[in-house]
Amino acid sequence: MNDIVTTINLAYVVAAALFILGLKLLSHPDTAKKGNFISAIGMFIAVVVTLLDQQIISYHYILLGFVIGGAYGAWKAKTVEMTSMPEMVSLFNGFGGAASLLLGWATLSSMGIAALETAGAFTFVTLFFTILVGGVTFSGSVVAWGKLSGKMSSKAVVFTGLRELSILHLVGMLAVGYLFTTEPSNAVWLYCAIAIALSFGLLATISIGGADMPVVIALLNSYSGIAASAAGLATGNTILIVTGLLVGASGLILTNIMCKAMNRSLMNVLLSGFSTPVEAGEKIEGEIKVLAAQDAFYVLEAAQAVLVVPGYGMAVAQAQHAVRELQSLLEDNGCTVDYGIHAVAGRMPGHMNVLLAEADVPYDQLYEMDDVNPRMENYDVVIVIGANDVVNPAAKEMKGSPIYGMPVIEAYRAKTVFVLKRSANAGFAGVDNPLFFKENTRMVLGDAKETINSIIREFGDD
Amino acid sequence: MEIIYLLFIVLLAGFLGFELIRKVPATLHTPLMSGSNAISGITLVGALVASGSDNSLLTTVLGTIAVALASINVVGGYLVTDRMLNMFKKKTK
Repeated sequence: MNDIVTTINLAYVVAAALFILGLKLLSHPDTAKKGNFISAIGMFIAVVVTLLDQQIISYHYILLGFVIGGAYGAWKAKTVEMTSMPEMVSLFNGFGGAASLLLGWATLSSMGIAALETAGAFTFVTLFFTILVGGVTFSGSVVAWGKLSGKMSSKAVVFTGLRELSILHLVGMLAVGYLFTTEPSNAVWLYCAIAIALSFGLLATISIGGADMPVVIALLNSYSGIAASAAGLATGNTILIVTGLLVGASGLILTNIMCKAMNRSLMNVLLSGFSTPVEAGEKIEGEIKVLAAQDAFYVLEAAQAVLVVPGYGMAVAQAQHAVRELQSLLEDNGCTVDYGIHAVAGRMPGHMNVLLAEADVPYDQLYEMDDVNPRMENYDVVIVIGANDVVNPAAKEMKGSPIYGMPVIEAYRAKTVFVLKRSANAGFAGVDNPLFFKENTRMVLGDAKETINSIIREFGDD
Repeated sequence: MEIIYLLFIVLLAGFLGFELIRKVPATLHTPLMSGSNAISGITLVGALVASGSDNSLLTTVLGTIAVALASINVVGGYLVTDRMLNMFKKKTK
């Protein structure tokens, strides 16, 4: 090892330490910003020191790629709406996967005949794995992005033969993997590997519905890290291995949290497209009681403790700022306001928290499901905004319900429940919600933002 | 020997990652994901060598596109995470 290589590797050790420290600081809102900054310094060191590599003889193309990518990334980061964060993260997952795929490909194409002869099976196995995971991440993320941004229908696409086609893909992967690693100089196997990876990613995500997107995004996030790590194994680059795995672990933990929050296994979510919809065994009896926004105001004016349960509908209606305004009015009125956030509310992990933070809601007023459920009886009013399945008592009461067994925010145990909803239809998962028919539930129909604004106006007239 | 040593790194980094991320509260899950996007842009380091070395045209083109894509993740990921974390405030009363 010459001096420059040693220097580069030492700098990688420092960079890895900074990434680890950065992630550690990310575990508390007070230190998270510093953690992100430290992690960025780690990245800066890793990149700058790599430029010293003697193999690099020209900086033109590097600069070109960096300027284009950096400018687009910066523009996207500055302009993205907080409601659109799931789309952006999906897109970035995809870019990460594609970058790893291309790096794997470039590594292979840079090998001369001699290098192809001397490189061991380990290199080709890891290269194949890089291309496979990178490709699946890319096409899967593009589909997820399309579904989340409304560019394609968010419904699960299911067709006959889907199962057979998926099994065919898995068999094909094994076959192509074998051919690729035994005859790496034949470019046909490489193209086959890329094609099968892209096709599988597409197939695996189109069959998953919009409500399961938090799981899919978290999983693809993990894949993008694993692809980077595999690329590191193929090229013998330790910083890629370590850092890629940190991301891979992060995504896997989030995936696991999301699955637990829905009381489903990962397999169940991934294969959801294959199962036929469950027929609800019982009919819900009862009548929906509608309340006008003006009357909702009188109840809220008298309330001492209010819990707000937001869902994806709040993001769609862009109601978070109105909610925040209502919170201030209630607090001035001597009422305490808490927020109860279910782990799968929204379209990605932590989605609701970011939207509320954007509207200036302090993070210490945001509670998880397990914090609010034990004290549900103490709340005079629970306001459900654009959430449905995460407050659905069918999860507890109806054995036949598709969401039976999912832990939910038990809003129905509060004294009064206001459900702010566009119409009394079933939610995203297409599941009937018995909450709407409960004795203590009042439906306030209409656009959530409009409804809250009318309540706010009532406070003003007071 | 080299392979064993790489697999050791894989093992340790995997466990470390799980221990680190387990402690991140639900409130910060979105910034964690966008931060992960930024960190996964580490592929940039590998792509730099592919893009800048004396290689065939194909390798240079592939490397350069990889540099561009990874740069999007690095720059965009860190900036958007920072923007989000600026919004998280404690109750001041």
